[in-house]
Amino acid sequence: MDFSELFRNFPELTTTGLTQGAIYALVALGYTLVYGVLRLINFAHSEVFMVGTFAAMWTWNALGFNQNLSPSGVLISAGVLIAGLLAAVAVSSATAVAVELTAYRPLRKRNAPPLAFLISAIGASFVIMEIIGIATDRAPYGNMPELVSNKPLFTILGAEITPVQIVIVVGALVMLVGLDWFINNTRLGRGVRAVAQDPDSAALMGVNKGRVIGLVFLLGGVMAGVAAVFANLKYGFTKFNLGFLFGLKAFTAAVLGGIGNLRGAVLGGLLLGLVENYASALVGTQFRDLVAFVVLIAVLMFRPTGILGESLGRARA
Amino acid sequence: MTDVQIKNGAPEPRGFTGKLNAMSKPGRWAAITALVALFYLMPLGWFADPPGFYNPLVTFSSDFGTVLFDAAIFVLLAIGLNVVVGFAGLLDLGYFGFFAVGAYAMALLTSPASKLITDYHWLDSPWPWLAALPVAIVITALTGVLLGWPTLRLRGDYLAIVTLGFAEMIRVIAVQSEWVLGGDRGISAIPHPPGEIGGEPIFGFVDPKPYYWLVLTVIIVVVFGVRNLARSRVGRAWVSIREDEDAAELMGVPTFKFKLWAFAIGATIGGLSGALWASKVNFMNSTTFSLENSILVLAAVILGGAGSIPGAILGGFLVAYVPEWLRGLGGFLGLDINTTEYRYLIFGLVLIVMMIFRPQGIWPNRRREAEIKDRQKEVAVGE
Repeated sequence: MDFSELFRNFPELTTTGLTQGAIYALVALGYTLVYGVLRLINFAHSEVFMVGTFAAMWTWNALGFNQNLSPSGVLISAGVLIAGLLAAVAVSSATAVAVELTAYRPLRKRNAPPLAFLISAIGASFVIMEIIGIATDRAPYGNMPELVSNKPLFTILGAEITPVQIVIVVGALVMLVGLDWFINNTRLGRGVRAVAQDPDSAALMGVNKGRVIGLVFLLGGVMAGVAAVFANLKYGFTKFNLGFLFGLKAFTAAVLGGIGNLRGAVLGGLLLGLVENYASALVGTQFRDLVAFVVLIAVLMFRPTGILGESLGRARA
Repeated sequence: MTDVQIKNGAPEPRGFTGKLNAMSKPGRWAAITALVALFYLMPLGWFADPPGFYNPLVTFSSDFGTVLFDAAIFVLLAIGLNVVVGFAGLLDLGYFGFFAVGAYAMALLTSPASKLITDYHWLDSPWPWLAALPVAIVITALTGVLLGWPTLRLRGDYLAIVTLGFAEMIRVIAVQSEWVLGGDRGISAIPHPPGEIGGEPIFGFVDPKPYYWLVLTVIIVVVFGVRNLARSRVGRAWVSIREDEDAAELMGVPTFKFKLWAFAIGATIGGLSGALWASKVNFMNSTTFSLENSILVLAAVILGGAGSIPGAILGGFLVAYVPEWLRGLGGFLGLDINTTEYRYLIFGLVLIVMMIFRPQGIWPNRRREAEIKDRQKEVAVGE
C-alpha cells in the first residue's frame, strides 16, 4: 500500500483514469444495449472492439501512414483520423451484426436455452479472435502514425492534459449524448425501449423485433468502433487478444453502473477507469488488471443491480 | 419426456447408450470391459505399430503415448466440467483455473525447488507424492467453494463472466508472483509418482505409457463416482436446477447448496487432473494456463454432449486427439498442417454450429435432449 504515491499523483491519475474510463464507457454501452433488449451478455462484443482497432490501424497504413510517417498539419491529421474512425465503425458494426445473424438469431428461432447463447457467443468470440490472431501471427501490432499529439498542452491542478486525452473525452461524450438522444427521441429509439420493456407486447404492437435487435447490435458496434480508435490513440498498439481483458473491464463497467442502463454504463465506465488507476497506484501496476475483477465480484455480491439499477426500459420509460 | 416411444412397455433402444442398456447385463459388462481393455492396450508397441501393416489410429508426427496421455487429461477435465455444465447447468468458463490450482499446489508441495522450501522454510523437505495429492485436491476444492460462494447466487451469465475472470486472475497471479509461483521461470523438479519395478522407477522421464495408464485408471474411478452421484439424490437435484431453478427451489431443493456441491466436485476433478499432469511434466510455468484451454475443455463437453458422461469422454478425446491425428496425417501426405494453430478457430466454429444444429451433442444425454426439443416447440413471438 503506497498512499504517498496515490496522493502525489492524484491529479494525473484522475485525468488518465477519466480517459481510460471514457473508452470503457463506450464499449460498456454495447454490452448494456444488447443486455437491455435481449437479456443476454454478448460475449463476442470484446472482439467487435478488437476488430475495430485493427481496421483503423490497417486503414492508416493503407493511406500510406505508419510509425515513421505521420501526416503533417491539423487538417490532414484530422482527415486521416476520421478515415480510420469510419473504417473502424464500419468493420466493428458489421462484425457485431454478423455475430447476431450467425450466432444468436438461429438460436432465438429455435428458442434455445440461455446456456446455448453463451456457448455460441464464446464460439463466435474465439473465431474472430483466432482469425485476427492467425492473420497477425499473434504479435502485437503498433505500426501507427501519430495523429493526435501526446505532448502536454496545458496543466490543470498539476495534471498535464494532452490533446489525446481531450479528443478521447470530448469524442466519447459526444457519442454518449448522441446515443442517449437517439434512444430517447427517435422513432427507432422508441422501438428499442419498447422491446427492452416487454419484447412480446412490443412485437404485438407492431415493432419489428428482429430489426430492433439488429439495430441494437449495430449501435453497440458503432460505439465499439469509436472506442477502438480512441484506444489506438491512447495505447498506440493492438493485439489479437486485446479484446478479452478490455471486454471484461467494459463488462464490469456496465455491471457497476447497472447493466441494461445506458447512463449507468457511462457512469460505470468512468468510475472504473478512476478506481483502476487509483488502485494500481496503491497496490502496484502489475496487479492493475485484477482491480476490475475485484470490483466486479464486489458489485455482484453487494449490489448486483449496479449503481443506477438494471434496465433500459424501466429507467426512462 | 414425452417423446420416449413406448413399445411393449419398454422404451425403444436409441443411440449408443440405448443399445448398450438393451443388452443383457453380462453382455453389457463384457462390452464395457473389452472397450476398457482396448484403451489400456492402445499405447503398447504391437498395437500402436503392428508389424506388417499400418495402424490408421496412430499419430505420426508426435509420440502416440504422449498424445494419449494428453487426451486422457482432457477427458478427465471434460468429465469434471460436465458435472458443472452438463449436470447442474452452470456455465463455468474458467475451468482450467482449477487445473492450474491443482498443478501449482502439487508442484509447491512436492518439488524440492519449491519456494515454500527454499525461500520461506515453511516446509522442511518436499512432501511425498501420495501425501501431497489429496492436499492438492482439497486445496482446489476449497478454491472452488471460495469462488462459488459469492457467485453462485447470481444468474448463469454472470457466473460465466466471473469464472472467466477467475481463470484470468489465476494466470495474472501466476505470471506476477515471482515470490512463490516463480512467474515465467516456473517451478522445476516436480517429482514423478512413486513406485518401482525391479529397481527401475515405473514413472520415468521418457516413457509416457505409465502416466497414461495411471490417468486412465483415475478416469475409471472418477467415472464410477460421478455416475453414482448423478443417479443419487444429488444428481436429481442438479437436474432439477438445470431444468428450472425457481421450480426446484420451490419444491424444497436447496439450490445454492447443490450448486456449490457441483462446483466443488468439478473443481476437485479439475485439480486432480492438474496434479497428475504436473507430476508428469516435471516443469511448469504460467504460460500453460491460457484462456484457450478453458474454452477447449468447454468445447469438449459441448461437442460430446453436455450432461452425458460417455459424451464428455468422447468429446475430451476428440478435442485433444483429432488435431494431433490430423497433423500426423498431413505429415504423412506431405502437407504441413499446423493443427495446433487452427484448432481454437475450428473448435470455436464447432461451438456455434453445434449450438444451432445439434445442441445436445454427439452422444447426448436422453433427458437433456428431450428438454431441448421441448423448448424448441415454444417459439417466441415476433421472430
